[in-house]
Amino acid sequence: MFADLPLLSLLIWLPILGGFWVLAVGRNDNSASVARAVALLVSIVTFVLSLPLFFAFDSSTAAMQFSEKLAWIPNFHIYYSLGVDGFSMPLIVLTSFMTILVILAGWEVIQYKVAQYMAAFLIMEGLMIGVFAALDAILFYVLWEAMLVPMFIIIGIWGGQRRVYATIKFFLYTFLGSVFMLIALLYLYSVSNSFDILAYHKQALPMNVQVWIFFAFLVAFAVKVPMWPVHTWLPDAHVEAPTGGSVILAAIMLKLGAYGFLRFSLPITPDASHALEGFMITLSLIAVVYIGFVALVQQDMKKLIAYSSISHMGFVTLGFFTTYMITAHSNPASAAMAVEGGMVQMVSHGFISGALFLCVGVLYDRMHSRQIGDYGGVANTMPRFAIFAVFFGMANSGLPGTSGFVGEFLVILSSFKANFWIAFLAATTLILGAAYTLWMVKRVIFGKIANDHVKELTDIGARETLILTILAVTVLAFGIYPAPLLDVMHTTVQHLLEHISHTKVL
Amino acid sequence: MTLAVTDFAVVMPEIFLLTMACLVLVIDVYLPETMRNLTYQLSQGTLIGTALFIVAMYPTKPVLAMNSMFVSDQMGALLKLFICGIVFMAFIYSRGYLRDRNLLKGEFFVLGLLATLGMLVMVSAHTFLTIYLGLELLSLSMYALVALNRDSAQSSEAAMKYFVLGALASGMLLYGISIIYGVTGQMDLAAVANVIKADHEHHTALVFGVVFIVVGLGFKFGAVPFHMWVPDVYQGAPTPVTLLISSAPKLAAFAMLMRLLVDGMQHLHADWQGMIIVLSVLSMAIGNLVAIAQSNIKRMLAYSTISHVGFLMLGILTATKTGYAAAMFYTIVYTLMSLGGFGVILLLSRAGFEADKLDDFKGLNARNSWFAFIMLILMLSMAGMPPLLGFWAKWAVLSELINSGFMWIAITAVMFSVIGAYYYLRIIKLMYFDKPEDTNPLTADNDMRVALSVNGLAILFLGLVPQGLLTVCLTSLG
Repeated sequence: MFADLPLLSLLIWLPILGGFWVLAVGRNDNSASVARAVALLVSIVTFVLSLPLFFAFDSSTAAMQFSEKLAWIPNFHIYYSLGVDGFSMPLIVLTSFMTILVILAGWEVIQYKVAQYMAAFLIMEGLMIGVFAALDAILFYVLWEAMLVPMFIIIGIWGGQRRVYATIKFFLYTFLGSVFMLIALLYLYSVSNSFDILAYHKQALPMNVQVWIFFAFLVAFAVKVPMWPVHTWLPDAHVEAPTGGSVILAAIMLKLGAYGFLRFSLPITPDASHALEGFMITLSLIAVVYIGFVALVQQDMKKLIAYSSISHMGFVTLGFFTTYMITAHSNPASAAMAVEGGMVQMVSHGFISGALFLCVGVLYDRMHSRQIGDYGGVANTMPRFAIFAVFFGMANSGLPGTSGFVGEFLVILSSFKANFWIAFLAATTLILGAAYTLWMVKRVIFGKIANDHVKELTDIGARETLILTILAVTVLAFGIYPAPLLDVMHTTVQHLLEHISHTKVL
Repeated sequence: MTLAVTDFAVVMPEIFLLTMACLVLVIDVYLPETMRNLTYQLSQGTLIGTALFIVAMYPTKPVLAMNSMFVSDQMGALLKLFICGIVFMAFIYSRGYLRDRNLLKGEFFVLGLLATLGMLVMVSAHTFLTIYLGLELLSLSMYALVALNRDSAQSSEAAMKYFVLGALASGMLLYGISIIYGVTGQMDLAAVANVIKADHEHHTALVFGVVFIVVGLGFKFGAVPFHMWVPDVYQGAPTPVTLLISSAPKLAAFAMLMRLLVDGMQHLHADWQGMIIVLSVLSMAIGNLVAIAQSNIKRMLAYSTISHVGFLMLGILTATKTGYAAAMFYTIVYTLMSLGGFGVILLLSRAGFEADKLDDFKGLNARNSWFAFIMLILMLSMAGMPPLLGFWAKWAVLSELINSGFMWIAITAVMFSVIGAYYYLRIIKLMYFDKPEDTNPLTADNDMRVALSVNGLAILFLGLVPQGLLTVCLTSLG
């Protein structure tokens, strides 16, 4: 029944047009409540529409599903071409799911220009879904860049003290990264006369060209992930962004970079990826270990979670780029485990980091401080909140039974097949992650009531409880039974590994 | 020298425009102050009529007329249509501003129409002399327009500067033309091209001439290092005149460049290519870097123009049809964006208040979120953000550069675009992130509001479906 509907187009355009609808109904500040309601409605409908993607998804094929193709600029071989496989589908569902929570999270907190706030998130949702679904390089690039604008506005208008600095840094960093991708895409067009991403996968390329293209993509995706040493925009952007902005940044935007590696770098330049695996693994391990230590010393809760995100994303890239080494030393099944581990880590990190930012948001809304030192003994005044905070803290440090464990475990396990020391260094995150997360939780939540402000705190209300409960249930569900997630991506991962095992150098 | 009736048919748009400009001049003299709007309406009617003539005479293949002094081809017709359209929009934007300052006089419109005529002649020129004739008609009208507000010392200074440097540029151009004429013995561009093709003895002399022609073109475009007049004139001229200078004449300058370098000196492209590269890279570098330091938005947009000129010239240097089409597309897109940008400045201005400081844009979102949105679109488009039209302009040029193997120049160009993004973002920052200091309501007329909205939305919608405009540019170059 869904075969006839252009489902992906609906998922892209419904939120974007919905965003303009919100702007139209919420022109003055009196109609803020209407704007909120419309935004929630649009986001829920979008989520419901994204569910058929998951349930009607055929996990036995690696081919693109729900495909659409329309002529956009046929003179230059640019098509409006969409489709999903096992990599993009889960991320699209994740995007539509998180957007509902973000809209709920901004319900009472945002009082200035409500309609613009809600609209920015909806428009961004459509653009992000489009990035995941795009199969045309120019369509991908257009959406990839356009996405920066709503985020720029969100951080700039509703952000904290140093918001202007943070948002301009965010914008220019990512813009600088992506223009190199544009050059690479245009070069690929000049050799293949096509902007079809899947055609690029088949395009034979000499080794030196592959290396250039690999680095052009790397700049774009590494900034987005972000990988060390181009991560410095993230702590600033996270700290200054409003809660909803931080959630979307951590839960979805960072995934775009990792997704780019799977969709572009590995399949288009497999030989360069192979040759540079040591370089990529080193960068990933630096992110995991060094950034883990950096997180340990943070005084600002949001900054701590931001660094924790970078460290966790290091796992994702580690999983993707150890595959060559694992295949060389062991069997392809272990390599598949590494990539799947990376994918699970992406989805799980989306839930957990989103939840942690929401928790910080809950505290910030009440005390207007993000400093760990200003808190202490919150459990005494906010017992319900404390349960959630401790739970998500545990999940962030990779407690078995939560989704955080699954991804990390798969990546560490498979990287043993590549090299003991890689696995050893990666495994330090289990200690470091527990150290920085739980230490923060201990200082904020437990102990004596630190000051009068904490004493006056009120516990979370129904809306906040609802958001955090939904997330907690999801984290638990994927932690206990990750099989549905693994199933949908399994064939696609196999296909990718098969594809990158062949050289493209003629 | 005999002229056939068909010759006049081809030149009909220009004849109509000239006649009407003279009529408007005469009628305006007898109009009482209260009926000054009639001049405006007549001028707008003239532009519409000229555009209709252009559409009616739309050529399917190049036609020569007036003893091959004049050529009518698709590229020319398309550029002329855009010139008329942009001047039309510029008049709408200007009316309120001029009325508030007691500058709503016939001179503005008559000079504007004559400048338009100059541009049309430049676009259709097929000999060196016709090019020069059109160029001088345009330039002289513009010098006078800059000094329109004769009591303003700043405007007079800008006009003087513009005149002296413009005269110098014309001199350079004429000198180059005279050298080429000396070698080839021809005035007609097609004949010049034929002689150059066959001539292998006087290569040095020809290149010497080309250098001066490129210098002259550089002055007219405002490319670095011949850009010194641009910021001062943009800042000093009354904003409606800045709007006129910054938009339509760039289309005419593009046509002049095409006629001289491509139609006339295609076979010397190996020689002018290097010069264009230097002009382009320097323009992008100086334009984007110096724009960051500006606090006056007219000056900032002047440097932004310089950087756009650098970018659009990159399309020329590939010396391919598709490259020229990309450059033409870029020029058209640039004029649309520039039109909108200065339009917003005019919108924010009112009697006794020039909105020409960057800080005047503070908190525009809180004051009027619709026009803040329009300005957002314009600024992002200038920065080259997809899916806006400005992105496709940059995309087209970059694509051609990479296809022709100019990889390093493409990389240089995108690096400077990123630097350029900073000062456009700063405008957005002022509009959206800062609190308003000025709380006066916007006082613009309704026709201006509608025109400006259409202008901004066109940038958005043409960006979503750029196929049409891209194709038109491509086909009009054959």
